[in-house]
This record gives sequence, structure tokens and C-alpha cells, in this order.
Amino acid sequence: MLRRLLILAALAFTVIVVILPVVSIFHRAFAEGAGAYWTAVSDPETLAAIRLTIVTALIVLPLNTVFGLAAAWAIARFEFPGRRLLLIVIEAPFAVSPVVAGLCFLLIYGAYGPVGAALADYNIQLMFNLTGIVLVSAFITCPFVVREVLPVLQVTGLDEEKAALTLGANGWQMFRHIVLPNVSWGLAYGVILSAARAMGEFGAVSVVSGAIRGQTMTLPLQVELMYNDYNATGAFAAATLLTFLALATLALRGLLHHFGPKRDQAA
Amino acid sequence: MVSLRSAPPRVIPGLSLSLGITLLFVTLVILLPLSGLAWQLAQLDLADYLRIIGSERTLAALRVTVTAAAMATLFNGIFGFIVAWVLVRYRFPGRETLDAVIDLPFALPTAVAGIALVSLYDGSGWMGRLLEPLGIQIAYSWWGIVTAMTFTSFPFAVRALQPAIEELDPDEERAALTLGASGPALFLRVILRPLMPAILTGVGLSFVRSLGEFGAVIFIAGNMPYETEIASLLILIRLDEFDYPAAAAIAGTLLGASLVLLAAINIAQHRMQAYLREAR
Repeated sequence: MLRRLLILAALAFTVIVVILPVVSIFHRAFAEGAGAYWTAVSDPETLAAIRLTIVTALIVLPLNTVFGLAAAWAIARFEFPGRRLLLIVIEAPFAVSPVVAGLCFLLIYGAYGPVGAALADYNIQLMFNLTGIVLVSAFITCPFVVREVLPVLQVTGLDEEKAALTLGANGWQMFRHIVLPNVSWGLAYGVILSAARAMGEFGAVSVVSGAIRGQTMTLPLQVELMYNDYNATGAFAAATLLTFLALATLALRGLLHHFGPKRDQAA
Repeated sequence: MVSLRSAPPRVIPGLSLSLGITLLFVTLVILLPLSGLAWQLAQLDLADYLRIIGSERTLAALRVTVTAAAMATLFNGIFGFIVAWVLVRYRFPGRETLDAVIDLPFALPTAVAGIALVSLYDGSGWMGRLLEPLGIQIAYSWWGIVTAMTFTSFPFAVRALQPAIEELDPDEERAALTLGASGPALFLRVILRPLMPAILTGVGLSFVRSLGEFGAVIFIAGNMPYETEIASLLILIRLDEFDYPAAAAIAGTLLGASLVLLAAINIAQHRMQAYLREAR
């Protein structure tokens, strides 16, 4: 009896709170038919937003991968003063809410910020353009790779690495043949989470984007713009694309979880 | 948070390269921006800060944000517990789908969540049509903010509790029942007590996330000053007015509160775990 009641409550809550909203997106996107949906998705501004979102991810992901691997390597393999503090600083972006994160960038790199003002003398502008979007996206997603790779490095590979070095491998050979294969699952996991987050970020990006139509609108910003323009089909059609991205992220994550090595240690 | 082990002796190459890249990135992407906020805050004296935070509109925005976050956290505490319990203890058709669906709010961009919720709860949405004749107005009200915060922070509560419930020993519950424990006593002492650290983490993270939530909230909130305007939105409004000191003061308050809460959760969790270990 209690069992049935609890299962029912859990299902009802999850359906109402999580599933219905997502179904509702598709319902609204196709409210005017598949033709209207297709027209909305292929709108030039929406296409420009898709392009900007992908370009942003393509710049941010390599940056975060290199940073994540470097930081995890330094923290896992070496003892240095401030090691614990470094880890706290790297995790800090998760504690900063999106709008506050965007504001922080504006206050330092914006035209009135100390760094932004100095760069303005050389005609370099960092905010309200692609650079600004890339910088905040990097901030928001940078803990993901470290968080996934560091625990793996801490429990595996040290003996193999030493063996490779003893047998005459140089640092890069060891990295390519030992370290990279060892951390590949965790790395993939971290990169997928970063990609989803970078492409879907709204609050932080909206502070620094400048919101120039067709130029600095990422897809989430474009959703808001069309929604406020009473272009419901356009907004919901663009939203379905981001929903597919979210579903694909979950599916990929599930696959990695299923086929990857068992992740015992809590990350 | 990843736990640290002590590092191995130095035979491994790459310290200067990896640490160099790390420090460069951390400085440009994390430390400088955070110091930007600190720099702006440092230019405010205490009187200015108090005048900004003490203004009626800011206080109203903070009150709306904190009360809505508290209500969302209450929902997630109760239903997060039920969902986690059901997922761990019961086998039923659809269990794996339910488990997979829990993470959807993590993966779904917040702006998408926002327009999804408003499309569901406004006058023409499925839920709105059901609730409005009953006189329940969710869209463009305080309850809309609660709904959005509940959506985005729901996974925190479930995912924090699941592993902890897995560690509970059903035999202890059976033993307590055999020894004549009543239902409520069993629930409080045998189930709830050992779960307290996990509940605290889930509820705490859920609350912190709700405090800063922006994208999901602004579409459904109505954004009326004094009534349904959240703190994050007020920061953005002050920015548009080029009132950087006010934006920084509100942001600093929000960030400070989040950091204090996260630190408190961490400390309380350690204490509780130590206490529970001793009690065994």
C-alpha cells in the first residue's frame, strides 16, 4: 500500500515537474504545423545563432580540455604549495551564479574595468563580442574536465608512467601512450558535460554578449529574443534544437556510463 | 569536491608546463574576473553598500528570491526524498526511465526550461487551463518562480540522497520493526537519522542553485518590481542603467551568501558524519 503510494507520488511529481514542460516545448513548436516549424528553424537569424553557438563550443572545448588535463596532471602528480587552494579556485565557478559570473567579467574586462580600459587604449575590446562569450563560457565550464580526470589520475597510471619513463619514453610519448588512454573515458565525460553547458548557457552569456541581432546572439539568447518578439513558433522551434542537444547529452553520458569503466569513486 | 591524495615523489615530467598552463588559465578566466567584483565592491564604502542593499526594491528582490528558493527547496526535499527512495528500494516498470529523466533539468538549458514552464502554466497551457479555473495562478506570480526553481534544482536533491539510501541496511529496519518500533519512530531514528548528512547536502545545494537561478525564472516570473523580481534580474537591470556599484553590491551579497552556505554545508556534513560514526 505505502509502496504503491510512494511510487505513484514519485512518478506524478516527476511527470508534472520534469516531463510535461519538455513535452510542452514540442507541442508549442509544432502548433502551427511542420512547415511553420521548418521555416522557423531555417530562419537566417536562428541559423546565425546556431553557428555562433557551435563556434563558441569549438573554441571553448579545446581550451577547457588543455586546461583540464594540465590542471589535473599538476594536482595529481606533484606536490606544491597552494595545491589544495588551487583545487578550490578551480571549483569556484560552480558556486557562482550565471548573472554574477557575467557581471564579474564585465567589471574587469569591460570598457570601465581596469583590464578592459587598459586594452581599450590598444583598440582591443573583449566584451560584447565572441571573445566575451568564449571567456564566460570557459569560466562556467572549466571545472568539468578537471573534476572527471583528476580522480582517475589519482588512482591509476603512476606505475605505468614510471615504467614508460624508465624504458626511455620521453614526456610526450608517455602522455600519448599511457596517460591519454588511461583518462580517455573521464575526459570524454567531462568534455560532453562542458559542451552541453557551454552551448546552453544563458544568464552569464546574456550579460556579456551585447545582444547584437544576427551577430552576438547564441541560440539560448535567440530563444529569448524571439519569445519576447511574440514569435512563439520561432522561440519554441529553436528551443527544440536545444532540447535535442540536452537529450543527446544524456544519451551519450548514459552510453559512456554503460560501456565505460565502472566509476566507483565519487567525483 | 574531489578529495586529494598526497602526490608521488618527483620523477614524473611536466610540472612547469602543466602548472604554467593551469595558472595562466586560472588567473585570466577565474581569478581576474572574481577580483573584478571585489575591486568594484572595494570602491564602495559601507554606507553606500547599506544604502543599495537597504533600498526597498533590493530588499524586496532579495526577499522574493530567498522565500521562493526556500519553498522550492522544501518541495525538492520532500519529493526528492520520495523519488530517491522509490528508485533505490522498489522495482517497477519504468524505473530506469524515471532514473534517466531525473537529470533532464541539469542538461536542459535554463532559457528552454523557462519558456517550457511558461508555456505549460500560462492561460493557454495544459496546467494553466487546469489550474486557473480553480483560482490558482502560477505563471507570472511568486509561485511561478517557485516552479522554475523547483525544476532546475530537483536533480540535486535526488542525486545527493540516492547513494546514501543505497547504503542503508534494510535488515536494520526489519530488526527495528521486530523489536516493536512504531512507523514514525522507525522512519525518524532508523531511516532519517543516518540520511541527515545527505539530506543536508541535497537540500543545501538545491537552495544555493535556486538563489542564483536566472534563465528558467525570468520567463515565468512576470518580473514586477517589489513583487516578482528576483535578485539576479535586478543585477541585470542595474547593469543596463550603468549603475555598476549597485549591480556589484547585489551580486556580492548573493555570492557571499552562496559561499557561506556552501562552507556551512561542508562543515556541518563533516560534523554530522563524525557524530553518526561515534553513535554506532
